[in-house]
Amino acid sequence: MSFPWAKEYKPSHPFMVWMDEKLPLPRLVYNAVGGGYEVPRNINYLWNFGFLAGLCLVIQIVTGVVLAMHFGGDTRVAFDSTEHIMRDVNWGWMLRYGHANGAAAFFAVIYMHIFRGFYYGSYKAPREMIWLLGVVIFLLMMATAFMGYVLPWGQMSYWAAQVITGLFSAIPLIGDPLKEWLLGGFAPDNATLNRFFSLHFLLPFVILGVVILHVWSLHIPGSSNPTGVEVKTESDTVPFYPYFVAKDGWTIGVFMIVYGMFVFFMPNALGHPDNYIPANPMQTPAHIVPEWYFWPFYAILRSFTQNFLIFDAKLLGVMAMFAAILVWFFLPWLDKSPVRSATYRPLYRKFFWVLVIDVLILGYLGGAPAEQPYVLISQLATMYYFLHFLVIVPIVSSIERPDPLPFSITEAVLGHDRAAASDAQG
Amino acid sequence: MIRIISILTGLFFTVALLWSLALDSIQLSKDGLPHTAAHAFGEHKLKPLKLASDGAFGKFDKAQLQRGFAVYQNVCSACHSIKQVSYRSLTALGYNEVEVKAIAAAATINAKDPLTGEMKDRPGLPADKFPPVLYAGTGTPPDLSLITKARHGGAAYVYSLLTGYKDSQPAKLVEHFPDAKTPEGMFYNPYFANLNIAMTPPLTADGQVTYSDGTPATVDQMAKDVSAFLVWTAEPELEKRHQTGVWWLGFLLFVTVLAYMSYRNVWAEKKGH
Repeated sequence: MSFPWAKEYKPSHPFMVWMDEKLPLPRLVYNAVGGGYEVPRNINYLWNFGFLAGLCLVIQIVTGVVLAMHFGGDTRVAFDSTEHIMRDVNWGWMLRYGHANGAAAFFAVIYMHIFRGFYYGSYKAPREMIWLLGVVIFLLMMATAFMGYVLPWGQMSYWAAQVITGLFSAIPLIGDPLKEWLLGGFAPDNATLNRFFSLHFLLPFVILGVVILHVWSLHIPGSSNPTGVEVKTESDTVPFYPYFVAKDGWTIGVFMIVYGMFVFFMPNALGHPDNYIPANPMQTPAHIVPEWYFWPFYAILRSFTQNFLIFDAKLLGVMAMFAAILVWFFLPWLDKSPVRSATYRPLYRKFFWVLVIDVLILGYLGGAPAEQPYVLISQLATMYYFLHFLVIVPIVSSIERPDPLPFSITEAVLGHDRAAASDAQG
Repeated sequence: MIRIISILTGLFFTVALLWSLALDSIQLSKDGLPHTAAHAFGEHKLKPLKLASDGAFGKFDKAQLQRGFAVYQNVCSACHSIKQVSYRSLTALGYNEVEVKAIAAAATINAKDPLTGEMKDRPGLPADKFPPVLYAGTGTPPDLSLITKARHGGAAYVYSLLTGYKDSQPAKLVEHFPDAKTPEGMFYNPYFANLNIAMTPPLTADGQVTYSDGTPATVDQMAKDVSAFLVWTAEPELEKRHQTGVWWLGFLLFVTVLAYMSYRNVWAEKKGH
């Protein structure tokens, strides 16, 4: 699974030799994130977000497990036990703000990771499986984040649960029974809170499992790189340790600084004030909005306002919202261009940047109230979103004339391969 | 094949959206953009409020918190609770233990009698939380423990609302939006979400609360002080959070610079990163 020139794990201490025979765990680590994993030397800082996403998952699990020790998963005490954590538990405020902002950080990092994939064609053969597992992780993250947001049982928690489970009622025939089954009642209540707490504890470990598969499947073809040209020779790669341990290491510091600025100095900047009001089933908030990381999808949901043919407007919105992510599963087969990196795809590159702007506009609209003129704009933006993935990408990939590719990674880095030979020796 | 299905799916969503877009546009051309009294006459810019707790190095002004607590006790607490707050935490305002005991003892707490198991009224203890407040009028005055976190604009909103009451509505408002006319028993306040609020103007006269530190108790001062106090009830951890954050950033800046230097060092002989 690795390149022939990758260093082999050679234990020297007798204990490590013994260990390697019985349970080659150190060998696994060495080949995964140590000197045994050869990485393209030219990967840029956008490749750091995968490692940061793993760090975010660890932060969420560690803070989350401790928070769960103090939280009461019962509608009568959930809101107050959250305040108990904030006021009476030692460093509880840091755990909770760290967890809430950690979720936001996780999504910010993941969006960078996903859009890096869009730009550099990381989803293309031979890396389809890595991409598919990544989309699964993203879906699991969305479910986990949503259920976590319900737990403090504030106004937005309650009404988010109401709205999101209500989406399922749009499904013909089985919709209403399905919604009641999901909620454990006719409206969000104690049964809902309990199951969400249970699943919110479980799903991060499922995510961890899929992350392991994601990294495993990554190690078969190895990391992609900004040229999209596959690794050819030894001079194209450097070992993960020490090169990328050092590079990831200092960006962790940068990440922690930004994260800390939110946690310590503006912990509520990304949250909605209404979630500091205890849940009240009798009072609907003026604007029900999810957290910022769901805004683009929320805008897509709300842009279908009229029934069309046999389809109910709400059903169309729900279908579109799920389709917005499901199309990512098909991307490896919709984009037929043999060139991976948008650096060498002049036409695709332009549409990529239009997509970025489009998603940012959708994000803004998803946080805005559901009134005009926001709805009209989100209809146009949603239209572009689907046209991009379902029409533009397939067509562009057949008609585009890509720019000439470099012969190898080394050539892209050093200008020519002969310099590479001397570089490899020196 | 997959690409034909994909293009057809894309076109289906596009046509469905165009259909929504067309019908919505017709509707919009009939109705025009939404226009409510709150859009037109609401105060969307809050009055500026500077507090000692603002900013990365912000700390509470204990004297101000005590004054704000006095305003809460004498005015707000008639209708609003702060049930997330414990009496014992009042030491953060600069009260000593004896004073905290006295403040708690002045309150009546309905709690289980440990001897008989019956619910009984007794004087408060520092371990108690502020009791719920029963409000006899119509409506439900919100608990104020978290109010500065539960409203857009936070403390500046509380300050603006308290000092933002107007004696009468603008004539144009009533003319254009007859539905927004202040109902009997309510009050016009352009800082409130729907302009008409049920709360009687709470701070009406200078000197309404007697300050023990000699600060002149103007309406403006009382509103500022109680807003500062409510920042503390919502975020009692604020000072510690700021201090920890400064340490966090300082430490990480140092470590990150070191990590960056070691990264440069590791890569010194390699090109292409």
